[in-house]
Amino acid sequence: MDQVLINILNGISAGLLLFMLSSGLTLIFSMMGVLNFAHTSFYMVGAYLAYSMSQAVGFWPAFLVAPLVVGVMGAVFERYALRKVHKFGHVPELLVTFGLSYVVLEVVKLVWGLSNVPFSPPEVLQGSAFTVMQSSETGLGLMLGAAPKALCVGNDTVKLACSTFPAARFFIMAVAVVMLLFLWLLLTRTRIGLVIQAALTHPEMVEALGHNVPRVLMLVFGSGCALAGLAGVIGGMTFITEPSMAAIVGSIVFVVVVVGGMGSLAGAFVGSLVIGLLQTLPLTVDHSLADAARSLGWAVTPQTFGYPFLKITLSQAAPILPYLLLVLILIFRPKGLLGTRED
Amino acid sequence: MTIDETRAAVHFKPLNVGRWIVWGLFALLLIVAPLWWTSGFALTMLSQMGIAIIACLAYNMILGQGGMLSFGHAVYSGLGSFLAIHTLNLASAGKLSIPVSLVPLVGGLAGLFFAFLLGYVTTKKSGTTFAMITLGVGELVWSMSLMLPEFFGGEGGISGNRVVGDPFLGITFGPQIQVYYLIAVYCYITTAAMFAFTRTPLGRILNAVRDNPERVEFVGYNTQIVRFLAFMASGFFAGIAGGLAAINFELVTGEVVGAHRSGAYLLFVFLGGATFFFGPIIGAILMVIALVLLSEWTKAWLLYLGLVFLFMVMYAPGGFASLIMMNLRVAAFGKLRRLWTSYLALLGTGLTVLVGGAAMVEMTYHLQMNAAMGPDVRFMGVKLDATGLDAWFGAAFTMVLGIVLFEFARRAFRQEWDQTQEEIEKEIKRRESL
Repeated sequence: MDQVLINILNGISAGLLLFMLSSGLTLIFSMMGVLNFAHTSFYMVGAYLAYSMSQAVGFWPAFLVAPLVVGVMGAVFERYALRKVHKFGHVPELLVTFGLSYVVLEVVKLVWGLSNVPFSPPEVLQGSAFTVMQSSETGLGLMLGAAPKALCVGNDTVKLACSTFPAARFFIMAVAVVMLLFLWLLLTRTRIGLVIQAALTHPEMVEALGHNVPRVLMLVFGSGCALAGLAGVIGGMTFITEPSMAAIVGSIVFVVVVVGGMGSLAGAFVGSLVIGLLQTLPLTVDHSLADAARSLGWAVTPQTFGYPFLKITLSQAAPILPYLLLVLILIFRPKGLLGTRED
Repeated sequence: MTIDETRAAVHFKPLNVGRWIVWGLFALLLIVAPLWWTSGFALTMLSQMGIAIIACLAYNMILGQGGMLSFGHAVYSGLGSFLAIHTLNLASAGKLSIPVSLVPLVGGLAGLFFAFLLGYVTTKKSGTTFAMITLGVGELVWSMSLMLPEFFGGEGGISGNRVVGDPFLGITFGPQIQVYYLIAVYCYITTAAMFAFTRTPLGRILNAVRDNPERVEFVGYNTQIVRFLAFMASGFFAGIAGGLAAINFELVTGEVVGAHRSGAYLLFVFLGGATFFFGPIIGAILMVIALVLLSEWTKAWLLYLGLVFLFMVMYAPGGFASLIMMNLRVAAFGKLRRLWTSYLALLGTGLTVLVGGAAMVEMTYHLQMNAAMGPDVRFMGVKLDATGLDAWFGAAFTMVLGIVLFEFARRAFRQEWDQTQEEIEKEIKRRESL
């Protein structure tokens, strides 16, 4: 039970990290109609920049400054490349971000090398956030920080098991939730948020009222990239900072956006959590369809038809589950879980 | 006699001489190319070019003709490759009797089948959503290739032997030259078939779906079915390219269905020019040159490629094909003579920028990858000290100077180009009024 709880928390933290990426992607998509293929490239740049900065000035300043730098890079890219191809239509816009993803990947390899860099969380975040204790007598218990060894050793009568939850993952959840709140307040409670929302649906009217819509778009693109950069900082320190990190997350983020519904922020949130859990939970299940059939009393041997398929365990199949979900969603609910667009 | 019949009787259809010449020259080129470049290296390059031409043209059936941007088209050529190599192995084992020359068709049918299966899902959407779904489907198949080593051969891939069965007229497909001519025949026939496809009613309505899907719906066509049919046709030809690749390399690994291959198709078809039928042929030739030659010359080739692609999207979204066609138009009006000096200036200053920038990139790569081999980099026959300040200063100076001069040359060129275009427009109007 304790392990299941920890796994669910792991899944939620992975999902929240995905949401930090997919929210920016969705905002940019719904406002500009641009699918930013290089979104996870900004995620990677955020991680690498934070690594270099934390070497020089320590982690916390880097944690604040690196996303801002990434945001400025995104805004500059929007101003000088994306706006140029806007008149050619949506496909060249997508292609220019596709080209950028190639260039960013190569520049990252050029500057930081082909292998991963040792980017680890600061000491505060290195331990465990809390420990879940499972005892056969008292049930579940919770303890802040790492539980002392003595508490986790059971005896003949009482069985005890402890599972810890890493502080870095807890930090991901905290940052994502704070950011989510901030984003929601910004979009619904401030003047700039109202302008953004209005520019979403009635750009001409907003322009007629005297707002500089292209500049608003640049701001949104930059902020989306800054969010990706922030996700990169906390994702990079928790997982591995390597040149392939953009590609690994990249296709998953697109699955999230399609599954949640194109252009829907709430959909992106639900989609992120679903995909996060779907990526994490099956990893612990080491059973296959063949095992399931055997437990039902059917004889499954290597000679059975389709045995190569049946013998794949759920943990082996985990990488394809998000994509299978994508295909199923498209067949049964083409507009996505919470989407409204039917095109 | 009805009016329709009289119309048919007087219908005049002139022989399209230009088209016959172009297709004749294409056939001639395919035949004599290996007789010009006789080295073994040239032959492997030419074989790969033939395969790439089929794959890129197949990809352009959906990108250029249908406006569908796919990030996962290697799936269909790749699965075609796998089915073809399995067929080849069955034939070697004596379980199946099929001539090697028909194995690419097996690949094509496999491509068609998987395009039918997966295309049903992907073509439900168009535009940006379509692009994202193809990316997901591509990842799905690629992850499957790691999970099913029985079919995909795991890390090592599946190898085969193309010398199967009795020789027919002395053709065993052992020597590379025989494989080349098999590829050339397939390349010619499929190119002709794909060109013919653009002239069919389906090909025409596909263009309409690309340009104005809403209106096509009003006319009474189901755009989803049109996209689906075009997608399947594209999958068929991509599968043929995959089957030929299986025969050519006698080895198929999981990476043929991977995202890198799909990305390369997109990149080079666009560089070649998606708006013209012959654009992808240029793209395919560039692709083989880049993958085989450029990657030998420099480690940073993907960086250069990405930058070229970025600038192409920003300044010439029609690719090389559109650049050629625009200059052909200028030449047809006899005004190319006025432009060639500015072209020379652009080329000279552009090369200066390239030399400066490339020197810096190569030095950085050298410091990053093989710093243990000493600080010296060989760059265009000159030895540069990658740790020395003077080399860096020289490279940066060259680049900045190049950029400034290029900007001047570009402004002058822009003015002349606009003026030429204006004169051409006037000339066209004048001829119309005659």
